[in-house]
Amino acid sequence: MVMIDKIKFKLLSPKMIQNMSAISITTSDVYDADAYPVEGGVMDTRMGVIDPGIRCKTCGGRSGECQGHFGDIELAKPVYNIIYIKYIKTFLTYTCNSCGAMLVDKDKIGTEKSISKLAVPKTCPSCSEPVEKIKFERPMSFKKGNHVITPEEAREQFEKIPDEDVKALGFSGGRPEWMILTILPVPSITTRPSITLTSGERSEDDLTHKLVDIVRINQRLLNNLEIGAPEFILDDLWELLQYHVSTYFNNELSGVPPARHRSGRQLKTLSQRLKSKDGRFRHNLTGKRVNFSARTVISPDPMISVNEVGIPEAIARELTIPIRATKDNIDDLKACIMKGPDVKDGANYVIRPDGLKKKIIDLNKEYIMNEFSEGYIIEKHISDGDIVLFNRQPSLHKMSLMAHRVKVLPYKTFRLNLTVCTPYNADFDGDEMNVHVPQTAEARAEAEQLMLVEQNIRSPRFGGPIIGGVQDFISGGYLITKEGTVVSKELASQLLFKVGVMPELKKESYTGKELFSFILPKGLDVEYQSNVCRKCNKCKKEKCDNDAYVKVVDGQFISGVIDKNAIAPFKGEILDKIDLDYGHREAVIFLERVTRLATEYLMYRGFTISVSEEDISDAVKKEINKFVDEHFMKVYALIDDFKNGKIEVQPGLTPDETLEGLILGELYEVVNKSQNLIAKEAKENDALIMAKTGARGSIQNLTFMAGIIGPETVQGHRIFRGYKGRTLPHYKKGDLSAEAHGFVRSCYKKGLSPTEFFFEAMKGREGIMDSSLKTRISGYMQRRLVNALQDIIVAKDHSARDSIGGVIQFVAGEDGIDPAKSDGGKLLNI
Amino acid sequence: MKDEEIIDHVLVPKHKILDKKEIETVCKKYGITVKDLPKILKDDPAVKMLGAKPGDVVSIERISSTSGISVYYRTVI
Ligand SMILES: [Mg+2]
Ligand SMILES: [Zn+2]
Ligand SMILES: [Zn+2]
Ligand SMILES: [Zn+2]
Repeated sequence: MVMIDKIKFKLLSPKMIQNMSAISITTSDVYDADAYPVEGGVMDTRMGVIDPGIRCKTCGGRSGECQGHFGDIELAKPVYNIIYIKYIKTFLTYTCNSCGAMLVDKDKIGTEKSISKLAVPKTCPSCSEPVEKIKFERPMSFKKGNHVITPEEAREQFEKIPDEDVKALGFSGGRPEWMILTILPVPSITTRPSITLTSGERSEDDLTHKLVDIVRINQRLLNNLEIGAPEFILDDLWELLQYHVSTYFNNELSGVPPARHRSGRQLKTLSQRLKSKDGRFRHNLTGKRVNFSARTVISPDPMISVNEVGIPEAIARELTIPIRATKDNIDDLKACIMKGPDVKDGANYVIRPDGLKKKIIDLNKEYIMNEFSEGYIIEKHISDGDIVLFNRQPSLHKMSLMAHRVKVLPYKTFRLNLTVCTPYNADFDGDEMNVHVPQTAEARAEAEQLMLVEQNIRSPRFGGPIIGGVQDFISGGYLITKEGTVVSKELASQLLFKVGVMPELKKESYTGKELFSFILPKGLDVEYQSNVCRKCNKCKKEKCDNDAYVKVVDGQFISGVIDKNAIAPFKGEILDKIDLDYGHREAVIFLERVTRLATEYLMYRGFTISVSEEDISDAVKKEINKFVDEHFMKVYALIDDFKNGKIEVQPGLTPDETLEGLILGELYEVVNKSQNLIAKEAKENDALIMAKTGARGSIQNLTFMAGIIGPETVQGHRIFRGYKGRTLPHYKKGDLSAEAHGFVRSCYKKGLSPTEFFFEAMKGREGIMDSSLKTRISGYMQRRLVNALQDIIVAKDHSARDSIGGVIQFVAGEDGIDPAKSDGGKLLNI
Repeated sequence: MKDEEIIDHVLVPKHKILDKKEIETVCKKYGITVKDLPKILKDDPAVKMLGAKPGDVVSIERISSTSGISVYYRTVI
């Protein structure tokens, strides 16, 4: 194997151009009367072939085998290479026009002054010829006094410059005279393929047009030189040649009228191919578009499987999978053809064994049906059960791209099960997602085995489930399983039917826990503390007063309630256990059953919150006011102590900082006490259910709405910014009290006073700044890590290897455990 | 701290020079040649201590948070 050691970008020498050239272009004719490329023209087949069937005259390869060969144009007179015009100016200015010697002190270049600041002497230090100032006349000529320096003269001068002077002037990568072209390389035909229009007319690439121009002028100049034409004619032609060669390199030169197509369109020449947003780099290399993909808005559908994705019919009719006809599937495929391109589960194209591709239309589908036989390939619409890849940007982890089974649905959005919102980090406020259709059987098999949603329940980040019930599923699960829920036989059978479980119901009524047991797998045993647990000092286990201790024995729900800790992503203990003990398939089945049972029950019971749920009793209000007064007194006492110098300064802090810390502690105490009180006193309503089960919101949110907001902080400190010595003109200078520095006594429901509102806005702004700055910084940090580590793989022998097989770790992760198949990073207990 | 003490420090993992046979075993196990191993500089303090020369292979027993002790091999350059 040849190892590439380094790549060096250099100028091409005329010799090199000659050596790599397969043909010298001598005529501006392109095609002859038979539409065959003219020998010695810019489409000569010695520069490669693009038409199938024809062989390359240089290497004998067919189209696709031959990658093309360079040609050359020998210029009648040299011209400047416009790309290097600035360097040409440097060499003209700092070397002698007669002897090529360096005019400035070699040792001074690149030291204290930049070269442009070094004085050019009046006479050459080596040949004593007078030195005249060189004037650069935009865009591409140089003048010495009134004399125009021709490229020929410049080239002569550059040839005399010794190599060490070239280096001293900071130039590397060849000789300076190579910047003045005497021979022009002509890129291969594969670089500038012509396209045949449907009318049979040939349309040439812009580069070809430009090359034709160059050859034409070059030949004219050559002829005129031979016949000894007058100087002014030669000069005009030479200038024209310079223009064409310059615009061939870059057609957006300032001060140069761009070369245009016959239609008036600007030609896209070499620089334009690479430059800017539509250039090779940003358009084709960094930004890629793929076929067989679709993008649209997403919306939720709790009734489709976790493994499925709902595809709009219109998209399903556009995306296809190639299928080869065999004796086993030919009848199904024929049915697809008969449906045609405009009906769901139809087909768009048929490819004959000889490679000819035919579009199926209503007019020809019967004809195609007749010739359709084994060996034909049909491009069939994606239909229910096909495997597609589903992706949401930013693709930060492997669960951002998972395989789903297609379910073709009406309307125009992609539909997804709500449990996969977490791995995609998706919501439905207008999010869009992409679908990709794998085209080969291997790709589909790989996607199904490795990327299907159920294969990705366990995140390699923490070895637990990343897919799980969210929001309503949690509240619903809680309402079913909480103490006191009883469902009649009728309701139970209805709910279970919708879930897809149909056991024999012998009792007249069932408790919620009994109902839930029907969807638990047989033999499941779990015990854990649920999210509603109040963390009592001594846990009474299944005899917990709050019914917060979950115990499942042999698939029977004994005690506790379903909440965040049972089925939610990251935490779901029951989900985790089923996935570990029964496998991904069972976990998905369980998840689908829980979510459906929860939604069905919620629809039966009704679930809503109202403003009145943020009401608290007068007694609680009074109590909160008492907390405020109590701690305000303590704050005043602290301020007094501080002013009397009686405060005990904490180590590492100034007295001011000590005071602030203490005051803030007192003020947070108000909120904490209020929060605990509200949690204890509030009667169970839907808002509180959501907070304590972990479905949505928190007790703190409820406290802010119903009770008190408390101290506002910016960067962890009370608010001090604003006017000199005070935050707002409403307060006295030097007032250290709670109110003067952002204590909000109101709650959101009551509404904030103008000053409180102002402080709240300050904190709100900080929150917005934080979230936008922090996500950017941590996002970029993660990106750099991913880029550095992305091609390290775990090899067959469980070692971590880099892309050339070098060992990074002798046992991957030092313990050889795949966290995505582990129990929280620990080995599975089998 | 004197140089000799470095190698005895609790935070310095145990370094050992492998003999020819051991090197062969390691290379065979991972299907690699000595130059594919991770590298360690010849003027690394622990390597200097051992007196390992470029081309030698040292084994390093590191404390690992996931597996207790994890053995690495590095070739001296
Ligand atoms: Mg969104
Ligand atoms: Zn060829
Ligand atoms: Zn001179
Ligand atoms: Zn408890």
